[in-house]
Amino acid sequence: MSDTQHDQAERHDPVYDQLAATDEFKELRRAYRSFVFPATIAFLAWYLLYVVMSNWATGFMNIRLVGNINVALVFGLLQFVTTFALAWLYSRYSTAKLDPLARHLNDHYETGR
Amino acid sequence: MDHQILTTFLFLAVVALTVGITVWASRQGSGSANFYAGGRSFTPVQNGFAIGGDYMSAASFLGISGAIALNGYDGFLYSVGFLVAWLVALLLVAEMLRNSGRYTMADQLAYRMKQTPVRMAAATSTVVVSIFYLLAQMVGAGALVALLLGVDSQAVKNLVIFAVGILMIFYVTVGGMRGTTWVQIVKAVLLMTGSALIVVLVLWKFSFNLSDLLGAAASNSGKGQAFLEPGLKFGGSTTSKLDFVSLGLALVLGTAGLPHILIRFYTVPTSRDARKSVLWAIGLIGVFYLFTLVLGFGAAALLSGDKADQVATSKGNLASPLLAEAVGGGAGSTGGAVLLAVISAVAFATILAVVAGLTLTSSASVAHDIYNNVIKKGRATEKQEIKVTRIAAFSIGLIAILLAIPAQNLNIAFLVALAFAVAASANLPAIVYNMFWRRFNTRGATWSIYGGLISSVGLVIFSPIMSGKGIVDGVNQSLLPASIDIAWFPLENPGIVSIPLGFLFGFLGTMSRREPAAEDRFTELEVRALSGAGSEKALVH
Repeated sequence: MSDTQHDQAERHDPVYDQLAATDEFKELRRAYRSFVFPATIAFLAWYLLYVVMSNWATGFMNIRLVGNINVALVFGLLQFVTTFALAWLYSRYSTAKLDPLARHLNDHYETGR
Repeated sequence: MDHQILTTFLFLAVVALTVGITVWASRQGSGSANFYAGGRSFTPVQNGFAIGGDYMSAASFLGISGAIALNGYDGFLYSVGFLVAWLVALLLVAEMLRNSGRYTMADQLAYRMKQTPVRMAAATSTVVVSIFYLLAQMVGAGALVALLLGVDSQAVKNLVIFAVGILMIFYVTVGGMRGTTWVQIVKAVLLMTGSALIVVLVLWKFSFNLSDLLGAAASNSGKGQAFLEPGLKFGGSTTSKLDFVSLGLALVLGTAGLPHILIRFYTVPTSRDARKSVLWAIGLIGVFYLFTLVLGFGAAALLSGDKADQVATSKGNLASPLLAEAVGGGAGSTGGAVLLAVISAVAFATILAVVAGLTLTSSASVAHDIYNNVIKKGRATEKQEIKVTRIAAFSIGLIAILLAIPAQNLNIAFLVALAFAVAASANLPAIVYNMFWRRFNTRGATWSIYGGLISSVGLVIFSPIMSGKGIVDGVNQSLLPASIDIAWFPLENPGIVSIPLGFLFGFLGTMSRREPAAEDRFTELEVRALSGAGSEKALVH
């Protein structure tokens, strides 16, 4: 049946293979992964630490710092701070490092067709 | 002034506003890219607000502040998980998805795999997750309206659910993605403004001293310092602690697998804009969840007697509206009536915007994935596909109405947390594997989606949610009649088991068969996803 052709995704464009072989792409891939993989592991670990400590380190979490504000509340609010900070860092990193490479590859693609 | 008249008036104003937006949007362009992706021409700020509008559902606004009002600190854990989850979407999903797909979640799997099986699987989980989420919103709408209008009759609740269903069918079939997006933007602005107002009024009562607010909440709750410490809800036993970890995992990993969030990334011109819109969304959502902290502890501090009982019987869902009444001057005062009506109308707008997004997502997936690409093998015309989307929206709307009416004694937050668990188990493994693992293939994708879907939904069926909790204070605590007990899975949230299972099934499926064509096309997918070369372009008007 001719439907089998629709069934597996078709080969899209040989230019992708050429782009994949360029140093620029290899650098883009390396730069992207070297940021997001460690960052993901770090924020997930930091978040899980918070979850685990809320469960099993209540003595520490219940210490009152100022007035009625305890460690647990500060820890929770720190999760907000680190989320904002990491989002901002990633934005800065990708604008400086990733976007120029991606733009360049995209230009190759547009002219190579 | 009679708050019921004012409430009714404001509710109708919200409906009129959203209907007007939808009709206006429907005249802005036709064709698939317009209908499904709003022409891909929204700005990052607009899309950031729309993402916020899509994400901050009734479960967040009413549910989280209610959970804090009732359980103190443990309710705050929802806010943290719901926010941190956005980093997964930002770092691993948003940009790559924008570059590699067109209209639905399935597109990026179908880019390198066998169309029929992966689209069927992805469409199935899209519809299941969306319906769980839809039920939560509609149940919330029914309860909210009935309680606010002071009529606790089943007929009124059913009527409200029916009306919400008709409205959401209207938004989607008439306005498409463009109309839905504008409804969500307007709702996000209303929600942020409304909650900011209440937050300022609450803090003002405590001279902007957070510690005093917390102290008042702790003493008024009758639980003392324990109210401000973790463990009030989840600290009881090892089982409940594990349940808490399970919930935490589902929250943090579910967001980036929610189909109605994923398709929002298609509505902007480039992947850079998708990234910027997520940054806007993180800012907006983060601030909003900080608001919920004040709303929740504020309700605990300021509501007492009758009002506190009402919060408890509504399982916390009415904490925010009643708090608004209290800070406006209390029951019977004009200020209280006005604020109560305003916040209720905002909550109603919230529900409408979220149901519109969910209906659009699931019906687009039925039409684009199942009808066009599976049944018609990609040969349906744009017109046919959009027509099927409208029919699907109508059918899904009807199904949601029919399911929501008997589901009214379900807890909203539970349904939403379940939707997150299903999304994290069924969708996230496939999305992540597809982007980062060359060998991943059709069998791996279908195994991970169906495996995650069946294990998450299956575990819930055998959890204490469904049966076995028995009768406490004359109220059956589980869904099934108290005489039936099929529960053997001890946790209420399945995430801690079903999310690893989703990843495991994907791994086993992939390793059990090689698919050279899919591995071959991974290079194309990766180049396209990272560089944006060949990605779908915005429509120029």
